Amino acid sequence: MDLPWLTLVIVAPLVGVPVLAAWRTISDEAARWVGFGATLVAFVVSLGMLLDFETGEAGFQLVSKHPWVESAGLSWFLGVDGFSVWLVMVTTFMFPIAVAASWRIDHQVRRYMAVALFLETVILGAFLSLDLLLFFLFFEALLFPMYYIVGVWGSKRRIYAATKFLLYTMFGSAFLLVGILWLYIESGKQLGAATFDLTALEQLQLPTGAGRWLFLAFFIGFAVKVPVWPLHTWLPDAHTEAPTKGSVVLAAILLKTGPYGMLRFNLDLFPEASRFFADAIMLLAVVGIVYGAIVAMMQSDIKRLIAYSSVSHMGLIVLGIFAFSAESMDGAVMQMVNHGLSTGMLFLVFGMLYERTHTREIADLGGIVQVTPWLAGAYVVAMLSSIGLPGLNNFVGEFLVLLGTFSVDRVLASIAILGVILSAIYMLWSYQRTFQGPAKERWGRLPDLSWREGAIVAPIVVVMLWIGLHPAPILERLRPTSEQVSERVRTVQVGEAVEPLTEASGAEGAEP
Amino acid sequence: MRTPIAYFLLLSAILFALGSASVLLRRNALRIFMGVELQLNAVNLSLVAFSRLHLELDGQVLAFFSMVVAAAEVVVGLAIIVAVFRRTGTTDVDRADVLRG
Amino acid sequence: MIDLIGLAIAIPLLAAGVNMLAGVRLGRYAGWFATAAMVASFAVVLGALLDLLSMPAAERSHVVAAAEWIRAGAATVSIDLRVDPLSITMAMVVTGVGSLIHLYAIGYMEHDPRPGRFFGYMNLFCAFMLALVLANDFLLLYLGWEGVGLCSYLLIGFWSDRPEAARAAKKAFITTRVGDVMLLLGLFVVWTHFGSFDFDTVLGGEGTLPEIATGTATAISLLMLGGAVGKSAQLPLHVWLPDAMAGPTPVSALIHAATMVTAGVYLVVRTHVLFEISEVALTVVAVVGLAGALYAGFASLGQYDMKRALAYSTMSQLGFMFLAAGLGYYAIAMSLLVAHAFYKALLFLTSGNVMHGLHDEIDVRRLGGLRRDMPLTAALFAGGALALSGLPPFSGFFTKDTILELASHDGDVYAYVLGSLGALVSAWYVARLFFTAFIGDRRYEGRAHEASPVMQAPLVVLAIGALFAGLVLAATPEGRLATFLEPVLGPIVEGHAGPSTGVLVAISVVVTLLGIGIAWRLYRPSQVERWVSFPEREPGMAGVLGHAFYLDDLYAWIVSAVGLRGAAALEWFDRTVVDGVVNGVGRLAVWAAGLAPIWQSGKVRRYALSFLAGGVALLVFAVVRV
Repeated sequence: MDLPWLTLVIVAPLVGVPVLAAWRTISDEAARWVGFGATLVAFVVSLGMLLDFETGEAGFQLVSKHPWVESAGLSWFLGVDGFSVWLVMVTTFMFPIAVAASWRIDHQVRRYMAVALFLETVILGAFLSLDLLLFFLFFEALLFPMYYIVGVWGSKRRIYAATKFLLYTMFGSAFLLVGILWLYIESGKQLGAATFDLTALEQLQLPTGAGRWLFLAFFIGFAVKVPVWPLHTWLPDAHTEAPTKGSVVLAAILLKTGPYGMLRFNLDLFPEASRFFADAIMLLAVVGIVYGAIVAMMQSDIKRLIAYSSVSHMGLIVLGIFAFSAESMDGAVMQMVNHGLSTGMLFLVFGMLYERTHTREIADLGGIVQVTPWLAGAYVVAMLSSIGLPGLNNFVGEFLVLLGTFSVDRVLASIAILGVILSAIYMLWSYQRTFQGPAKERWGRLPDLSWREGAIVAPIVVVMLWIGLHPAPILERLRPTSEQVSERVRTVQVGEAVEPLTEASGAEGAEP
Repeated sequence: MRTPIAYFLLLSAILFALGSASVLLRRNALRIFMGVELQLNAVNLSLVAFSRLHLELDGQVLAFFSMVVAAAEVVVGLAIIVAVFRRTGTTDVDRADVLRG
Repeated sequence: MIDLIGLAIAIPLLAAGVNMLAGVRLGRYAGWFATAAMVASFAVVLGALLDLLSMPAAERSHVVAAAEWIRAGAATVSIDLRVDPLSITMAMVVTGVGSLIHLYAIGYMEHDPRPGRFFGYMNLFCAFMLALVLANDFLLLYLGWEGVGLCSYLLIGFWSDRPEAARAAKKAFITTRVGDVMLLLGLFVVWTHFGSFDFDTVLGGEGTLPEIATGTATAISLLMLGGAVGKSAQLPLHVWLPDAMAGPTPVSALIHAATMVTAGVYLVVRTHVLFEISEVALTVVAVVGLAGALYAGFASLGQYDMKRALAYSTMSQLGFMFLAAGLGYYAIAMSLLVAHAFYKALLFLTSGNVMHGLHDEIDVRRLGGLRRDMPLTAALFAGGALALSGLPPFSGFFTKDTILELASHDGDVYAYVLGSLGALVSAWYVARLFFTAFIGDRRYEGRAHEASPVMQAPLVVLAIGALFAGLVLAATPEGRLATFLEPVLGPIVEGHAGPSTGVLVAISVVVTLLGIGIAWRLYRPSQVERWVSFPEREPGMAGVLGHAFYLDDLYAWIVSAVGLRGAAALEWFDRTVVDGVVNGVGRLAVWAAGLAPIWQSGKVRRYALSFLAGGVALLVFAVVRV
């Protein structure tokens, strides 16, 4: 079929918004179903996109390009490649689950659902845009629904957390905007017509110094979102105060816009600078892996613990990106998907426990496993996935990242692998203190997983096992793209001006 | 013989100064308002005078615009003053300082 | 049956799924269901074994393709199973002993409210263990390796309401994970060097050695040894094994005696080619093994908890296996592995009988005279003890003492003398357990009840295996098992140094009898008061032995004093410094914003004045510029 899949995917969640906006007297239950239905529609549409996705192609597919504001060089320019297709899939997959998980929210349900749908659209837009300004619009726009979700439906310190989240990420985006505008102006000089078109901007011949400054501007913009150590402190606050759904979306999807941005824009636009800064960034990533894991160990609040584990895992993703080997890049993208699933599920299952106990403190919990064995079992699966047990999804990504990194830098890979031990320590220790041990009197009557909750968790478990045991369908769509990107970055020498990407522009001539 | 431009400008300046003094010194909103009108018309006068000097119509057109805007401004401004008066019982602008930072 | 070997893994895996998801419905039949699955798996492996035996020795290595697992960049990992004498030997142990222990567990766990989960985990364990031993590449091996670790974690912590069980489970997982990470690093080196994880590529095919520099081989071997040391509870990563006894006894027998802990030995034996190229690594294996054998042997003497004593005994026996592998007698290491699986499972399960009959009492100070209430159990324990102690013609003699004999023939005096000391201690500690627990007067209240037939039947089978496996499989160094394994492990090369075999056998018997004699002297019924009060009389010595030379305490101190404090300091740093800077910037902005309202007074006339001043300033500026 020759449908404009990408536009459809982006627009699909929005179908619910007019309903929610126009029908003011909608009952809460109906509003939930509208929200859930719309996210489900988006998932189905994205499956269609996946079917039309050509395996073995490295470049952008299903491209749709329409001029939008021509005078400003802005266009509605969308496309997927092996990287973004999986991020889109994990987004559309996790959203219905996240919406279903927030069934218990009973405060302004109509608005909540509308905001959630808007958020999904914006995130999908960010993953699919190939126009820098369009990307930036989506990238910025996703802050506001998130701000609302944390700020309105969060717990006690929600305003503090939401504001910190908003200001911190906006701070990063400011640099990103400057970088984008600089490229825009530069493209006007070099290409004749100023444009935000990514594929056109790849042709720019940037002086080494300028390329490095621009790289940094982009990098800071994305690093806050990842978050790269030491820019991470907004994350525990936002995670902790967000409602379950907010945490799930934040962990599973929103954080991925950061590493995705690095992969898509930093490596593509500034290969020389990427190589130049790679060592420093890998070092930061490794510090983040170990540091996040150690700090996670000492948390007394489960959600903060999971948040710090995210810092650690995201460090691994950044490490994989900047190791520049095809394996590590495969691993990094796998890990983006996997981290979404496993951390998303950790937040999800813990959220279910929280609905029952209303406490996040490890010290308050204990002996849950005897009372609610299925809930504990679900938590164990998520935990095992998170600590990278082979046979579950996370292992594949972790393994590939470490393997790819090891062939590039043995020392850093050997330090990064400590994360494997540390993750087992903080996860199992917290599990021991929250779920195991003698059953506490106050939790004697907790209900076990309901059918609804089981139905929420089951698809994630299935996908985790599927990725863990048979990742080939994902990897074979991923590989051409990561090989191409890795090839492009690795052929560049540090200190050498960058050659344009396509042969059409006469790369071999290379006039100064 | 044409009246020298300087006379017009002098008159305009005097009017403007009077208007400014009224805006700055009066506390009654209506009087401030009158001062603003005076300032506007002082400027209109100099616009027309320059228009005459250069024998071009631009200045006069601009004066018309200014008058229209002034009329609109009077409508909005008076409405605000009436609203403030109804709410607070006074037209003293120094007491309407809720927008203090 | 060779082509169907995948079934050996698939059947227990499926059964595990059924038991874990629907165990509640199966109720008491969960155990029978799981046992049936294990027996079916055993039948498949047995069929494959018979097929192998019907082929000429040179053609006994088969690779059965299953599926592709990971493919990325140049890395392709497929799930292939390898059927050769070595893997089939391991698989026979896993499924054979596994079936018997499953059967036993039906009786042992009959009062447990959640048999479905227990047997699900047990089946899952067997599936992973079979994946580990049947793997044809390192990644599948690693999958099994981590999988058995997981099941070990789940099963040690099965009674998770007991804090010590939960703690022990976590400790076991984390400690072995330290080893696993080394193994993983070893795999990375393998991959960077060979670009493949396949056994055929990495370990060389028939008679060909892999092309690899000695240094690289040493790196790979030592990293793999790190993994093996963690899994097989050898120095210095052994601390988890004694604590792991907090799990149900069938688990201790299956996982922590017969199968999982031998995975380390299997790994070394499987990759012996690399160890041999390196040589250094092989020596390290021998040293680690010998040190572990002696260390654990003495530590076992200080334990009053029967299961803990047996756990140290397991570690000691595994040390002997490593010693054998380190000296190059891989087939003998495997013989000991097989024999040990029988007698150690037997010893654990008989101590399980004791626990079952005496409300979980396991402290030998409160046992004694059990042979009157539990005659069969006592006899079975004695059988296991005889097999372990190394008296001819039982298994331990043909396996453990063969190692010493070969070491002596090679002129390895240190290995021989220290190994003999280890053998002496082995006989001593196992006899000690028998004398203290089973003979003399009762030191417990009430009466112990003998175990049910469903528990005794598998024990009898195990006892037969324990006593005679050595005689049947390894009566001489070139015994049946060694011959069977020869295509994979190469022939046993015997030296001719030192005393003749006859003399060595005599010495070995004397050593064993000496060990038993010491035990009789110290722990015979009339000496009860003396040994029970030993800790009061000799607190230093009892402490050193009881705490296994305080190594575990040292680790605990390091973890709490250095690890936790360091982590707490880092957490403080994160909260106050890293986040402090962020909040500081925020506060700075708020403060700066606080200065602005001075201008914004709300007074319209003041605004107007500023307006005018601005206008005048612009005007002046314009005039001055012109």
